[in-house]
Amino acid sequence: MIKRDLVIVGGGPAGMAAAISAHENGSKDILLLERDQYLGGILNQCIHTGFGLEYFKEVLTGPEYASRFIEKIKDIPNIEVSLKSFVVKLTTGKELTFLKPGCLTQVRAKAIIMATGCREKTREMVHIAGFRPAGIFSAGLAQKLINIEGLLPGKEVVIVGSGDIGLIMARRFRLEGASVKAVIEIKKTSRGLIRNVAQCIEDFDIPFYLSHKITKIYGKDRVEKVSVSRVDDAFNAILGSEFDIACDTVLISVGLIPENELLEMTRGASVPGLFVCGNSLKVYDVVDSVTKDSIEAGRVAAEYLKGL
Amino acid sequence: MSTFAKKLLIVCLDRDLTLPIYDVIIIGGGIVGTSIARELSRYKLNIAILEKEAEPAFGVSKSNSGIIHPGTQNPPSSLKGRLCVQGNILTRKIARELGVDLQETGELIVAFSEEEAGRLEAIKKNAVLLGVPGLKIVGRSWLKVNEPNLSPEAIAALYAPTAGIISPYRMVYALSENAAKNDVGIYTLTEVKQIQRPKAIFEVVTTKGMFQTKYLINAAGLFADRISQMAGIDDFKIMPRKGEEFLLDKKREHLSNHLLFPLPSATSKGILVIKTADGNPMIGPTAEDTDDNEDTATSDEGFKKVLLAARRMIPSISEADIIAYFAGLRPVAGDDFIIRHEDKVPGFINVAGIQSPGLTAAPAIALMVAGILKEQGLAFKKKLLFHGRRQKSVHLFALTFSKTSKLIKKDASYGDIVCRCEMVSAKEVKDAIRRGASTMDGIKFRTRAQAGRCHGSFCTTRIMKILAEEKNKALTAVTKKGSGSEIVKGETRS
Ligand SMILES: Cc1cc2nc3c(=O)[nH]c(=O)nc-3n(C[C@H](O)[C@H](O)[C@H](O)COP(=O)(O)OP(=O)(O)OC[C@H]3O[C@@H](n4cnc5c(N)ncnc54)[C@H](O)[C@@H]3O)c2cc1C
Repeated sequence: MIKRDLVIVGGGPAGMAAAISAHENGSKDILLLERDQYLGGILNQCIHTGFGLEYFKEVLTGPEYASRFIEKIKDIPNIEVSLKSFVVKLTTGKELTFLKPGCLTQVRAKAIIMATGCREKTREMVHIAGFRPAGIFSAGLAQKLINIEGLLPGKEVVIVGSGDIGLIMARRFRLEGASVKAVIEIKKTSRGLIRNVAQCIEDFDIPFYLSHKITKIYGKDRVEKVSVSRVDDAFNAILGSEFDIACDTVLISVGLIPENELLEMTRGASVPGLFVCGNSLKVYDVVDSVTKDSIEAGRVAAEYLKGL
Repeated sequence: MSTFAKKLLIVCLDRDLTLPIYDVIIIGGGIVGTSIARELSRYKLNIAILEKEAEPAFGVSKSNSGIIHPGTQNPPSSLKGRLCVQGNILTRKIARELGVDLQETGELIVAFSEEEAGRLEAIKKNAVLLGVPGLKIVGRSWLKVNEPNLSPEAIAALYAPTAGIISPYRMVYALSENAAKNDVGIYTLTEVKQIQRPKAIFEVVTTKGMFQTKYLINAAGLFADRISQMAGIDDFKIMPRKGEEFLLDKKREHLSNHLLFPLPSATSKGILVIKTADGNPMIGPTAEDTDDNEDTATSDEGFKKVLLAARRMIPSISEADIIAYFAGLRPVAGDDFIIRHEDKVPGFINVAGIQSPGLTAAPAIALMVAGILKEQGLAFKKKLLFHGRRQKSVHLFALTFSKTSKLIKKDASYGDIVCRCEMVSAKEVKDAIRRGASTMDGIKFRTRAQAGRCHGSFCTTRIMKILAEEKNKALTAVTKKGSGSEIVKGETRS
């Protein structure tokens, strides 16, 4: 069992901001654990602009926004970054267990900041009926395939939900020459930012169905079509309103939920010195708010350590 | 003969005039086909399995409840009842030999009224006739202690201690790996199109060419009626009965201590609360007849029905617990299994209508089929060397940290976690591929990577890369479950 003052779980914008802030407020022994092979979290695949408007008063892409923090962390010897480090356990005694290629490590921390971000809701969580062929993606996975791997998930796309990632992906698919057959939103209004609706949907004349839902996905090997219905105020399909859209891909963008499985291991116990920040605390609209929230978490953790 | 078959035949004949003649060919690489193959591989026989899908276990055997039934819900005179009780014992032994986990959970058939409680006695009596051991009827106070989450409306239950759970696809993979180790040829992507028997030898025409065999076994699950027709026997029809099942988050692992059954109806065992080998509880299945043997779609009605019935059993189950769902089709042909030699086509054995409890009964079916082959004159000589055991595959999620730590020291890539929800390492994914997985689903079934709450949102690209690298193919050629199910449609412009 190794001992550290402050362990931060998650090297996305939240964890990075918390680490820098804790350092600036006097913490000298910080371990930052990130399961991926690079820092930056989800920002790395967000190559579109629109980041940093509030915090830097500049228009940046996701990777640009992330790199400002990554560069800073490089210069702070008090922050040790451990990549490919996957935390599997958290106890109320502030002990963490993590795996890394080559070793399993247990660490006892005086303080811990959980900055594990969020994940997308799945098709299963909104239980869309039908088949389970290839061609159904979360919007985030599609984004990763296109922006990081250079792979095109599909050519005729229907997007379920009008969350920001879904909207941005609609435009991304169009720019790659794919056809976006529809964006389907169960609510009466879009859930995304107004600027994204304008720039990603309206500018490209993409059919946008509000108060509609997909009732069934078809296709044995690959998605072939979806059935869509208008819904009433209780989100039930209105009989007789159903129509089909042929497509080879369904993108699910129905919201984000905090990723808190590790935190749940403490079963809601109140653990002094255990903090949560960023999207794992609550899902924010923009990364600038995540940064602000996490700077505060870093400061509070540093104060806590001083008080010990 | 169709022109397609003719062409194939010509190609085959042109290529090889001395095709090997197998002793036994089994059509279908599900639990039944692989159980038969593994059993026969003890003997000096030349055996092959022909499977139309990209991997074994992609038929009915992948989508079921995974229960090793004790035999309680079958008529005492039925073949399926007898084979179930026998299979329950045999499965334990085979699971041990092949390194597949079988958890002995026991089951409760739960009564919610005096009338239902009365029916438990009759079920027990039938089960005793079949030879199901250890049965007892338990009352409210027992249930309160041993099944605390069960609805307080439950008043009594029939307890069957010999019920267990297993991962159905991992059992099929274990059987097929072990059969292959004992020299059974396993031909995937090999769909049987036509069967002829000009002389005493069967000519089986497939999408991969022609195979010849002395004995031919039809274990084609949902397609068994078509195969039987091809062989000239057209006296049964498979009527698929759909079952929708819903998996809950692993966080609810300790929802129940036993498998929970309601009183059975005429066509099904009812909607159950199931424990699974991987820890995720499952609720289902429904039972709806359909005439399409590829209709594995789930429905809103099924969802509602299952949730309602499961909540009657355990009121704390919530919609938000559900992380995955699927539908399986039971290959029903009448009330019982059809397992027989067809005297009109000497050497042809039908193993059809293997509905529930087919997973449980499979090893007993295999013994029965071996018996039929013997009767029909096939010589059974034991091999000098039969590899009865298989190295258990590693699943980090089932290990203690100290074991995990040792493994990581031996091979660093056990510490390289690919699937965050289910804690699956790069090493496990590679092992799965080396043991035979060639698709994303094959990897999922073997390792659970992509099967957790995020549904592969985070790990799909990494797994695609490992698969492409191990198989030395392009990322664009990676499929979910075989050709036509490519994950992506191409490369981007830039
Ligand atoms: C919802 C549900 C729940 C169930 N629960 C349980 C349970 O808890 N316990 C239990 O004991 N049983 C259960 N069962 C029953 C059990 O799943 C089946 O009895 C069993 O899987 C049947 O196995 P099989 O090998 O006969 O069929 P399959 O697994 O379908 O194998 C047949 C194979 O033949 C192949 N094939 C078909 N046609 C051709 C062709 N022309 N050429 C080449 N190959 C071909 C198919 O691709 C397939 O892989 C359940 C079934 C369902 C649907």
